[in-house]
Amino acid sequence: MSRLSEFRESRWGRMLPAIVVVVAVALFPLFRPPLDGFMDDAVLALAYVVMALGLNLVVGFAGLLDLGYVAFYAFGSLATGWFASDLWSKIGGEKGVHIGVSSFSGSLPGVHLNFLLIVIGAVILTAVAGAIIGLPTLRLRGDYIAIVTLAFGEIIGRLAQSGDQISPGGYKFSNGRQSISPVDQIDIPFFNQFDSATDLRPYYWTVLALVLVVLFVNMRLRDSRLGRAWIALREDEVAAASMGVPLVRTKLMAYAVGAAFGGISGAFLGAYLNSVNANQFQFGFSIFILAMVILGGLGSIWGTVIGAVLLAFVNNRLIPDVLDNVPSKVGLDFNVTELSFGIFGFVLVLMMVLRPEGILPERRRQLELTEGIGTGSDASVEGRA
Amino acid sequence: MEAASVNQPVAARPGTSARVRDLLSKYGLIALLAALPVYYGISDLVNDGNLSRLGENVVAGLSNGAIWVLVALGYTLVYGIIELINFAHGEVFMIGSFVSFSLYGTLGLTLATGPLGLVVGLLVTLIVAMVTCGVLNVMIERVAYRPLRNAPKLAPLITAVGFSFILQNVGVLWQGGSQRGITDLIDAQKVLFTVVGVSVSRADLLAIAVTIPLVFLLTAFVGRSRLGKAMRATAQDPEAARLMGINVDTTISLTFLLGGLLAGAAGLIYALYQTQIWYFQGFTAGLIAFTAAVMGGIGNLRGAVVGGLIIGIIQQISDNRDPTGLGPELTPAIVFFYLVIIMVFRPQGLIGEETREAG
Repeated sequence: MSRLSEFRESRWGRMLPAIVVVVAVALFPLFRPPLDGFMDDAVLALAYVVMALGLNLVVGFAGLLDLGYVAFYAFGSLATGWFASDLWSKIGGEKGVHIGVSSFSGSLPGVHLNFLLIVIGAVILTAVAGAIIGLPTLRLRGDYIAIVTLAFGEIIGRLAQSGDQISPGGYKFSNGRQSISPVDQIDIPFFNQFDSATDLRPYYWTVLALVLVVLFVNMRLRDSRLGRAWIALREDEVAAASMGVPLVRTKLMAYAVGAAFGGISGAFLGAYLNSVNANQFQFGFSIFILAMVILGGLGSIWGTVIGAVLLAFVNNRLIPDVLDNVPSKVGLDFNVTELSFGIFGFVLVLMMVLRPEGILPERRRQLELTEGIGTGSDASVEGRA
Repeated sequence: MEAASVNQPVAARPGTSARVRDLLSKYGLIALLAALPVYYGISDLVNDGNLSRLGENVVAGLSNGAIWVLVALGYTLVYGIIELINFAHGEVFMIGSFVSFSLYGTLGLTLATGPLGLVVGLLVTLIVAMVTCGVLNVMIERVAYRPLRNAPKLAPLITAVGFSFILQNVGVLWQGGSQRGITDLIDAQKVLFTVVGVSVSRADLLAIAVTIPLVFLLTAFVGRSRLGKAMRATAQDPEAARLMGINVDTTISLTFLLGGLLAGAAGLIYALYQTQIWYFQGFTAGLIAFTAAVMGGIGNLRGAVVGGLIIGIIQQISDNRDPTGLGPELTPAIVFFYLVIIMVFRPQGLIGEETREAG
């Protein structure tokens, strides 16, 4: 065995490609203009990666189809809305509450917290919300879970849309159909306050850091006792239960952790977009994220990352900029933008029928999906494994 | 047979406590369902001195509920036979409305059309809409569900969601992305007669008049005919049915056909009743109808009828009480709240579990 192949087999050797990719992804904005459309797309794509990784944990690892994931995006964004804007202008005798923010935000009414505090708050809020939403689904079977989570997602969305009427003690739940705006720019200790009007790179590096943290947590979780319990649950609930996997706790953990990732991403997006718009909290968004997970491969972490980046670029660049005018050029009277969700629906159907294991399949999941379809394929599956 | 029973050893030993809990969940749900009408009944009595406003809501709710019944039957039939939530069913209903509206133009149905022409024209529209939706539903099954018959349960559910989005976008391409007012062919809001202060409009009568015969035809078909028997056999045990010489694939296609036919009829009634259509109507209608099906006990035809009517009433009450906190904005939230409550406390529905016997 040569030295090279020995190195490839070693721990560092196997991590080398990942390290190279991460360094390249982290450094490339230095060689680009600080503010352009591509940078914007990249930030959004990475935010979607965080969200897709969270959903992958629930759907891919634990096998609980969650169609209301948008609820956690909503809660995360709302946390930013509550804690970093003048929505609650009455608080603190109209002077506001300020913790760890720059002097400019510190002079505004309403609650203004440091971004790190908001992220922590969003994590707690969404984890609790996830567990609460998960609670009633514990007794239900797979397809019922999908509908109940969908119903919860819709309820949260509707409440946010009429949230200006829900104001216990004058503290509004949201701004209704008007968005909560402006939301503070991100403010991190030891750095200048970010300014998305002039330089997107700080946002890019922040979300990249979030992605790396979430990736690390995701991988450690997958290999942990909890992660193995999730996968056991997905494969066969009855068998898992009889092997001593505590069903209730394991499922609730999946919901809570998955939700927390959604919350992190939601909080970031709220700050990045400088507004929290309740009209975004639609069922379609849940499907957008689900399509990323399915495209990449259910249960596959790297697949999900690829799927999320791919679909984010399809949604933000390919559809509006490249494909949008194609129909009018061939004499058809519509824009592709209107059809974006149809395209994601098409992705779902196509992937499920033709390649249910996704672009970058997780091996165990692949076995599960191919077993039982036809009888002749069993041998080939065993051969591949 | 529910996987849920495995996690709950408590439920396995029947005793007084279990029976009490069962009674509580059943009557508790009924009490919860009655809360809305009772509350507004009392408030009407206090404010107006009579119940006619609530009565109007109930009548409109029953006729609206008749539409949900037709859609809910499609969910329940399909769930009864292959235990799949046919997520795209609401969109099939939407396509039914769209087909009906385009047929108005093709057949030249306008406000000026005479009564005879109108009746004949609408009958033709009804049949075409039903057949289109039936065939569409069968094709969806063929493309999106049949290849995944043996795959894990998540797979067909995901394709169903995907198809629902594809059909929505077909709707966008066809009739545009916003609500669209259409010709009020039957003068839907014209009051026909008034009983004790409650007026009944043409639309109310139409919805009931189309739904009742269709429901009877369906129950007769499922209960009496040879094919209906095959359906029930397949619902009970697909493997055994196959061994008994029943063509399971054909039977499943037939079930989708029946569901689609009903959805098409519902689509036409909706178009005549609401006099506006849009691509998103199917999504909301689908969720409402699914709630109705679950409320009655999914897989149970009678349950779907009862559930549809109840949900119709709840929805109307919620729609028409704007100043007192509810309103059309929050109606879906109310309906979904009921859905969650039912799923959690009484997943077998009001009437009880006949999941495996679709009849």
